[in-house]
Amino acid sequence: MSALETVDVNTNYDVGEGAENQYLTFMLMGEEYGVDILRVQEIRCWQTVTTLPNAPVYVKGVVNIRGSIVPVVDLRMRFGMEEVEYTPVTVVIVVKVLNEEGRERVMGVVVDTVSDTYIIPEENMKPAPEFGDSIDLTCVKGLATVNDNMLILLDIDRLLNSDELTVLERG
Amino acid sequence: MTIDLSQFHAIFLEESFEGLQVMESSLLNMIEGETDVDIINNIFRAAHSIKGGSATFGFSNVAALTHVLETLLDEFRSDKRIVTKDLISLLLESVDCVRDMLSAIQDGGKYNESSAIEVQNKLQQVLTGEILSINNPDEAEEIESDVQGWRILFSPYPSMLQNGNDPFRIIREIQSLGSVKIEVDLEKLPILAELDPEDCYLSWEILLHAAVSKDEINEVFEWVIDDCDLKIEPIGSDVVIQDTDNEIIEEMLSTAANARDDVVKGDQESESLSRLSPEVKHKRTTNSGSIRVGIDKVDEMINMVSELVITQSMLGQLGEDFTMVDIEKLKEGLCQLERNTRELQESVMRIRMLPISFVFNRFPRMIRDLSNELGKQVELRLSGEQTEVDKTVMEKIGDPLIHLVRNSLDHGLEKPDIRVANGKPEIGILHLNAYHKGGSIIIEISDDGAGLDRDKIRNKAIQNGLIADDDILTDEKIYDLIFQAGFSTADQVSDVSGRGVGMDVVRKNIRELGGSIVIKSTPGEGSKITIHLPLTLAIMDGQLVRVGDEIYIIPLVSIIESLQIKPEKVKSITGKMELYKLREEYLNITRLYQLFTLTPDSEDINDGLLVVVEGDGAKVGLYVDELLGQQQVVIKSLETNYKHINGVSGATILGDGTVAMILDVPGLIAISKDRAENTVERVA
Repeated sequence: MSALETVDVNTNYDVGEGAENQYLTFMLMGEEYGVDILRVQEIRCWQTVTTLPNAPVYVKGVVNIRGSIVPVVDLRMRFGMEEVEYTPVTVVIVVKVLNEEGRERVMGVVVDTVSDTYIIPEENMKPAPEFGDSIDLTCVKGLATVNDNMLILLDIDRLLNSDELTVLERG
Repeated sequence: MTIDLSQFHAIFLEESFEGLQVMESSLLNMIEGETDVDIINNIFRAAHSIKGGSATFGFSNVAALTHVLETLLDEFRSDKRIVTKDLISLLLESVDCVRDMLSAIQDGGKYNESSAIEVQNKLQQVLTGEILSINNPDEAEEIESDVQGWRILFSPYPSMLQNGNDPFRIIREIQSLGSVKIEVDLEKLPILAELDPEDCYLSWEILLHAAVSKDEINEVFEWVIDDCDLKIEPIGSDVVIQDTDNEIIEEMLSTAANARDDVVKGDQESESLSRLSPEVKHKRTTNSGSIRVGIDKVDEMINMVSELVITQSMLGQLGEDFTMVDIEKLKEGLCQLERNTRELQESVMRIRMLPISFVFNRFPRMIRDLSNELGKQVELRLSGEQTEVDKTVMEKIGDPLIHLVRNSLDHGLEKPDIRVANGKPEIGILHLNAYHKGGSIIIEISDDGAGLDRDKIRNKAIQNGLIADDDILTDEKIYDLIFQAGFSTADQVSDVSGRGVGMDVVRKNIRELGGSIVIKSTPGEGSKITIHLPLTLAIMDGQLVRVGDEIYIIPLVSIIESLQIKPEKVKSITGKMELYKLREEYLNITRLYQLFTLTPDSEDINDGLLVVVEGDGAKVGLYVDELLGQQQVVIKSLETNYKHINGVSGATILGDGTVAMILDVPGLIAISKDRAENTVERVA
C-alpha cells in the first residue's frame, strides 16, 4: 500500500444540530480558509496523479479513489498564488460539489495543511468586502473571526464549478 | 385489506408496453382478407390483459378504448368481419393511442385526448355502422330493444378454479343484473373418490330476466372467457322467474360457496404469492430500467461463481502453510482464478446483452407508415436480428438507426415510376443487417435506391461554406460532409427528413458509444451505411502505450498495426505535415505528445514507434515512445466528476491502482486534422 492515510471526517464529529455551521479549515499561504464540513468526504495524503491532457494548470490530474476517477485541483494555483513543492503534510481534501442542476461530483483540493474545525454561527459571519468580481472573491461565502484570526469561508460549489471545470461537458 | 395498487403500476405499464409491441408486430403480420386465428388470438390476448389491468388500476380511458378494440378483434376471430387494410390501419392507430395514454400515465403527463376520442369513435362507427351491412342479423344487437332476458350456458373448464376464478362470484354478479333462474348440470360430477376438489365439474344454465345488453353480460364473464364455454342467447318474454326459486338458489349458492371457499382461497393465495415475488423484484429496478434474463444465463453464472469459490478455497488452503515446493500449485491456482474471473466477467456481460431485434422490430411499422406517406414501395429485409448488443448500446442506437432508415427511405429509394424508368423493380429493398465482427458489432443499412448524389452534396457544401469550390475531395470525404451540422440536400423539406439536423447528431451519438459510421454509395445502385459499435461499454481490450511519463490506452479494435519507423519512409508536406508511406498509402503522422502537450523521451521520429489506428474510416499513425502490454480494461467515465476531454473517451484503473486515460481514436483523428488544417493555413 502507498502512504494513504484516510481520515473519515464525518464520523469523528457529531453531525447533529449545528453541524450546518461547522467548518473544516485549512491553511493556504498562511491564510486560513474554511469549507462546510458536511461537504468533506475525506482527507488524504498527496499521491501522484495522472495528468489530464490540455487541462487548466491548476487541475493537477486525476486519482483513483476506491474505483472512481476524481480530479484534483491545486487551490494555490486556482487562486494564482505562488506554487510550492508538495511535502508529506500536503493534503488533499476530497469534497462533494453540487452544480446548478444539483448533480453531485467529487473533487480533490490540494491545500498546504489541514488546520482545525470550528462551529461558526450564521450571525458571526461577515460578508466579504465587495471589491470587483475577481474569482477569488465570488467564491468567498463570508469572513469570520476566530481567536483573533480571520477565517475565509469558501463556497466550494462556486469555486469548483467555474467554466474551465465544467463548460466542456456539453462537447 | 386494502392494497396500494400504485406499487404495481410500473409493472403493469412495462407489461402493457410489451403487449402493445406484440399487438403491433402481429397487426403488421395480418394479411388483407385472411383471418389467421393465431395472429388474432395473439393480439386479442395482449389487448385483453391491457384492458384487464387498466380496469383494475382505474385507468378507465385505456380500458374503454381497449374494450372497443377487443370487440372488433372478436369479430375477426369469429369470422364476422373481414380483415381489410383500412381496419389494420385503424387498429394500428388505436395501438398508438393506447401507447400514448400509457406513456401519459407513466410520466404523469397528458395524452392527446382528441385523437383518442377520434380513434374510439372511428372504432365505434366501424362496429355499429357497418355491422348491418355485413350479413349477420342473427348476432346483431338491435334485438336488444325487445329482449326480455338471456339464456346463458356457462360451462367452466375443469381448470377454472385453479386460475383463481370463482364461478359463484360470477353467478352472483349475474344475479345483480336482474332476476335469474339457475339450473346446475351435475352430469360431469364424478363419484367422491375420484373428485379432485381443485377441478370444476359443474356447468350452469342461467336464465336472466332483465333488459340488459349482451355487452353487460359479457363484461361479467370478462375474466373467465378463456376458461369456459359460454353461450349467450336472447330469450322471449315467456320465461317468468319465480321469486321462490331465486331464494333457493341464493341459499344454495351461499352454502356451496362456503364449502368451496377454502379451496379457492388457498389457490388464489398461492397464485398471488407466486406472482408477487418476481414482480416485487421487478419493482425495485423499474426506475433504472430492468432486464429480463433467461434462467440459463443465471444458472451459468451460478456455476461459475461456485467454481470461483472452489478456486478461492483451494488457494486459501495453499496459503495456510506455503512452502516454495508449492509454487507450481500456486501458479496453477492463479491461472485457474484468472480463467474463472474472465468467464464470470463474460457471463455477467452477457446478462446485459439483448438481441438487436428489440430495435429492429420497430422498423416494419415505421416503414409501412412512411412508405404510405411517401408513396413509395419498399420491402424491408431484416437479418441478424439475434445478434446480441449491450443494453445501453441498444438504447442509444435506436434513434440514430431510425434516422438513418428514414433517410434511406426518403432520399435513397425512388418512387415506383422512377424506379421502373431506370430499369429497376418497382419495389425498393431496404436491408438491415447486424453481425459480430471481432470485438465489435456491425450494423448495416443498405438500399437499392439512387445512391448519394456527389455533385449535389458538393454544391450544397460549397453553398454552405463547408468547402471551397476548388477543393478536390475523394468520394469518402464528400459522403462525410453529410454528417456536418446543418447539412441537408433534400430539395424540399419534408416531414420525414431534410431539416438538416440529424446526421450530425447521428454521428455524435455513435461516437459517444465509441463507434464509427461509414457510408459507401454507388450512384444509381444504392448506398450502404455501416456502423461499427463496441460489443460492450464497460470493458474493452486495450493496448497500453507510453508517451513520456504518461501511459495511455488505445482500444485494440481501432489498431490496425504497430510498426518501427523507417526513416526513409517519412515524408513531409510543406515541411510541416509529416506523412508515412505504408505500402501504397500515405498516412498522416500524429505525434501524441504534441496533441497532449507532453514531454516525450525523444522528439526524433526514428526513436519512437508508430501505431496505425483507424476511426471513422480515416487512418493515421500515432507516434508514441513505447508499446507496453495489452490488457482488458474497465472503462470509467471521466465525466462523472470532471468533464469531457477531447481525444479521451474515458479512464481506467491499472493494476497498480493508478489511473490511465483511454484514447478516443476518432476524436484524436479529428483534433489532428484540425491542427493540420491550421498549420497548412498558416503556411499558406
